[in-house]
Amino acid sequence: MGLVDGPGIRTVFFLQGCPLKCSYCHNPDSQHFMGEKSISVDEVLEMANRYREYYDASGGGVTFSGGEALMQGEFVAEAFKALKANGVSTCLDTSGYGVSRHYDSVLKYTDHILLDIKHVDDEEHLKLTGRNMDGIKHFIDVLSGFGGKVTIRHVMIPGQTDNYEIMDRVLEMVASIKKKVDKIEILPYHKAGDEKYPQLNIPYTFEMVPAMDPVKAQVYEAYINARLETMKTMESEHLKAV
Amino acid sequence: MIKENIDVRDFIQKNYKPYTGDDSFLCGKTEKTKVIWDKSEALIEEEIEKGIIDIETTIFSGIANFEAGYIDRSNEVVVGFQTDAPLKRIMNPYGGFRMLEASLSAYNYTMSDEMSGRFQEFRRTHNDGVFGAYTDEMKLARSVGLLTGLPDAYGRGRIIGDYRRIALYGTGRLISEKQMDLAELSSSPAIEDSIKLREEISMQIEALKSMEIMAKAYDYDISKPAQNATEAVQHFYFGYLAAIKENNGAAMSLGRNTVFLDIFIESDIEKGLLTEEGAQELIDQLVIKLRMVRHLRTPDYNTLFAGDPTWVTESIGGMGVDGRPLVTKTAYRFLHTLTNLTPAPEPNMTVLWSRDLPDNFKRYCAKMSIETGAIQYENDDLMRPIYGDDYGIACCVSPMKIGKDMQFFGARTNLAKALLYSINAGQDEFKFAKDGSTLQVIHGIEPLSSDGPLNYNEVMKRFKAVMDKLAGIYVNTMNTIHYMHDKYAYESGQMALHDSSVHRYMAFGVAGLSIIADSLSAIKYAKVTPVRNEHGITVDFNIEGEFPMFGNDDDRVDQLAVEVLEYFSGELKKHQTYRGAEHTLSVLTITSNVVYGKKTGATPDGRGKGEPFAPGANPMHGRDTKGALASLNSVSKLPFEGVCQDGISNTFSIVPAALGRVESDQIKNLAGILDGYFAKKAFHLNVNVLSRELLIDAIENPSKYPTLTIRVSGYAVHFNRLTREQKEEVIKRTFHERV
Repeated sequence: MGLVDGPGIRTVFFLQGCPLKCSYCHNPDSQHFMGEKSISVDEVLEMANRYREYYDASGGGVTFSGGEALMQGEFVAEAFKALKANGVSTCLDTSGYGVSRHYDSVLKYTDHILLDIKHVDDEEHLKLTGRNMDGIKHFIDVLSGFGGKVTIRHVMIPGQTDNYEIMDRVLEMVASIKKKVDKIEILPYHKAGDEKYPQLNIPYTFEMVPAMDPVKAQVYEAYINARLETMKTMESEHLKAV
Repeated sequence: MIKENIDVRDFIQKNYKPYTGDDSFLCGKTEKTKVIWDKSEALIEEEIEKGIIDIETTIFSGIANFEAGYIDRSNEVVVGFQTDAPLKRIMNPYGGFRMLEASLSAYNYTMSDEMSGRFQEFRRTHNDGVFGAYTDEMKLARSVGLLTGLPDAYGRGRIIGDYRRIALYGTGRLISEKQMDLAELSSSPAIEDSIKLREEISMQIEALKSMEIMAKAYDYDISKPAQNATEAVQHFYFGYLAAIKENNGAAMSLGRNTVFLDIFIESDIEKGLLTEEGAQELIDQLVIKLRMVRHLRTPDYNTLFAGDPTWVTESIGGMGVDGRPLVTKTAYRFLHTLTNLTPAPEPNMTVLWSRDLPDNFKRYCAKMSIETGAIQYENDDLMRPIYGDDYGIACCVSPMKIGKDMQFFGARTNLAKALLYSINAGQDEFKFAKDGSTLQVIHGIEPLSSDGPLNYNEVMKRFKAVMDKLAGIYVNTMNTIHYMHDKYAYESGQMALHDSSVHRYMAFGVAGLSIIADSLSAIKYAKVTPVRNEHGITVDFNIEGEFPMFGNDDDRVDQLAVEVLEYFSGELKKHQTYRGAEHTLSVLTITSNVVYGKKTGATPDGRGKGEPFAPGANPMHGRDTKGALASLNSVSKLPFEGVCQDGISNTFSIVPAALGRVESDQIKNLAGILDGYFAKKAFHLNVNVLSRELLIDAIENPSKYPTLTIRVSGYAVHFNRLTREQKEEVIKRTFHERV
C-alpha cells in the first residue's frame, strides 16, 4: 500500500522488469525480467477488495508500478479492466517505455498516469537510461488521446538537472498534453538505493553523486507548476479571444 | 428552556447549532490564561520532578470536606480544586485502608494516629468487605495473575455523572426530582432491591446538598440553573469536582459536553456578552483545571498505569440520530487547548468518528493528531445505533448513555495464561504451592495425551474448558467486588447525576488476544513442541515451520481471535451478575501489557517468558509486516456489537513520511485511513504520527521533549513520565513505514 504513488490511499503492485537501466535507479533489483512470483487478475481484485473502504474514503485505488508496468501491457489492461468494472480507480506509474501495441487498451482503463520524465536531452537520456528519447516522445504523443489525468515526475540530480532551463524543457515536452497534467513533481535524488548495488553486483556510477537538497527541489517544483498554470490559462484566454 | 422531565439531550437537540466551518475562527490564549497556565505548568513540572506536591492528611475524602482552593484568584476564570490547594491530593480510605497507608508511606507522609485508629475502629472498607467474601479460588486466580487489576482495593471508577444537569437545572430542581423518585418507591415492597435503592437515593440527595455547600465556598449558588456561559462552565465543573473529591476511581471521565456548553457560549456571543477570546478563555481555563486532577496512588499502581493517568475522557463530535453533526465551535475550542496550552495527555480527547462528520472537522482532527499525538478515535457509526446520540466514553473505550447507564468495571483476565493452563492441566507455570508441589489453579482440565507436538484440536478443547471455568470464577469475583463497592464506597454524588432507574453494565476484559491468536495459529499451521521441566510443567516451546500471524489481514489467524472472543463472551453470559447487570467485554490493557507479560510464561507463538504483551487488541510487536492497513484490517474484524461491546483498543504508530509528501496530503490521507478503517466496522484507534528515532532521542535527551505526548493505549501520556521499561516497550512496537 502507498500514499505517495498516485492520488489517495493506493495498493501498489510492482511488476518486475524494466527496459531502462537508469544510473540512479532506487530499485535495481526490479530491472531484470526474471520474476519469481506471478499474480493473477483475480488476486489483484481480491487484494483491492480488502482495501476498498480506504480507496473510497481517500479517492485512492490501485497503482501498477515497476519495473516498467507497460512492458506487461496486456496483463495491465486486463487487470485494469476488471478493476474498473468493480469500481476501483486505476493508476499507471510509468516511464513511457513498453510494448506499444498494448498502449491503447491500457489507457482505455486507466484513470491516472504518473509519468516519469528521465531527461530532456536525447544524448543525456541515452547516457542515463540506456535508451534515447524516442520511447517517451512516442508515449506522450499517444497520451493526446488519453481521457484521464497525468502527473509528471522528474528526479532532480544536483549539478546536472537542477536548473531552470531543464524545468522549461520539461514543460516543453509536455506542452501538447498540458491540460491533462494536474501537477509536476520534482523529486530530489536521494541515496536510499545505494546499498542495493553492491549486494546485486551491479556497478553503480552514481556513488559519488550527492543527494539533492529537498528544499531547493521544492523551489524548482513551485516554479515549474506556476509556469504550467500560466500555460494553461494563456491557452484558455487565447481561446476566449478567438 | 427547561422541560418537565430531566432530559439534557432534549435541551441540546432543541438549541444547538452545528458548525461545519474550519478552524480559522480560533484564537490564542488570553493574558489571564497565560498567567494561570504558567503557574500551573510550573507546578506540574515540579510534581514530575518530586513525585508529589502535597497530601491533605487531616481530612478524609468527601464532597464538602475541603476549603476553597485557588492558584491565582484574580486570574482564575474557572475555580475549584479537589482540596484547598492545587495538586494537593486527597486521602480516600473507603476503597481500602491498607492501600491508603501504603500510598502515604511511599511519599513519606503520615496521618495522625487518632484519624487512623478511629477510622479503622468504626468503619469497614470496600477492601475489607471483598476479602471477607472472596473464596479461595478467587484469591488464587487473583494472586497468580489470571485475574488482574481488579478494583478491590481502590475506587472502581468508570462512572460518568451527567454533570451538565447541574448547569441546566440547578441542584434545587435535581433534589426535588430525587425526592419524587423516593416517594414513588414508597409503594414498593421492602425487599432488598428496593430498600437498597431507597437508601441510595437518600444518599444522592445528601450528596446534592453537599455540592451546594462546596460551591458556596467558592461564592457560587448552584441550586439554580446557570444564567450564562461562565456559570454554565463553572456549575458543570462543580459537578465533576464533586465526583473527584468523593471518589478516586481509576478512570473518572467527563462525558460529552462540548455541544451542551456551546449552546450557552454561542448565546452569550450573540447577545454581545462574550467574545471569541472570552469563549476560548473559559475552555482553556476549564481544561487547565482538568489537567490538575490528581488521585493518591501507590508507586506500584504506576507500573500498571504509567504516567499518573486520570482518564478525564471527553467525547467530542459524532453525529446526531437526525443526521446533524454534533460538532460545534466548542469542539474546536476544546481541541484547540492542545495548541494554546501545549500538548498534554489529559483531558483524554476522544473524537467520535463518523463517515458523515463535516470534512473540515475531520481535517482539523487529523491535523491535531499529527501535531500533538493526543487524540483517540472511536467509531460513532457503530455506537450510535446502540447508544443513541448522547452517550460518552468512560476511561478508554467504554461507551455508556450519559446519566442513564453506569458500569461495574472489571479490569481483565489474562487469556495467554489461560491458554498455558490448557497445556499444563490447569497448573500455574510459575508458582508453586506452599508444600512445593505444582499449583492447581483451574480444576478438571485433562492433561495432554502426549509429550509430542501440540495437537490443535486437543489444545482448543482444553482451552475452552479453561475458559468455561474461568468465566464462572470471573463473574463471581466481579459480583463480590461490586456488591461490596456499593455497600462501602457508593458514589452518591455521581449517581445523583444519573436517573434513579439506571441501566448497569458489567464490563469484563481480556488481555493477550494477539498472543492467543498467534499461539493457536502456530499450533495449527506449524509444529509446536512443549519443553517441560522436572515437574512436567511446560516452560518453553520449540516451533518448527511458519504460521500466519495476527495483524496481516489473514483470515486463517484473524478468525481464531474472533472465535476465542465470541466463545469467552458466551461463557461469561451464562453466569448471573450482581444487580442484573448486562455483560460486556473489552480488549484493552492500558499500559499493564508489560506487567502481564512479566507474570506469564513462554507462549506457543514464540514469545519468551516474561516478555511484554502487545497492548489492547494490537498485533504483537513487529509481527504485522504487511503494512499499516493490513494491520488495521485484522483488528477491524474483532466483533463489537454483542461481543466486545466494552471496546476494542488499537494503538497505531505511523511515520510522517508514510502518510504523504506534504502536510496537506498527510492530513487528507490520515482522515482517509480513519474513514476506511471505521467503514470496516473497526472500533477504536489511537493515532501516533512519529518515528522510532524521535522516541529514542527522547529517551536520551528528555529535556529536549518536555511536552512530548504519545498515545500508549486507551490514554495518552507524557513520554517522560514512563518508566525505562515502558519506554523500551513502546519503542519495540511497530512503527508503520508504509500503509
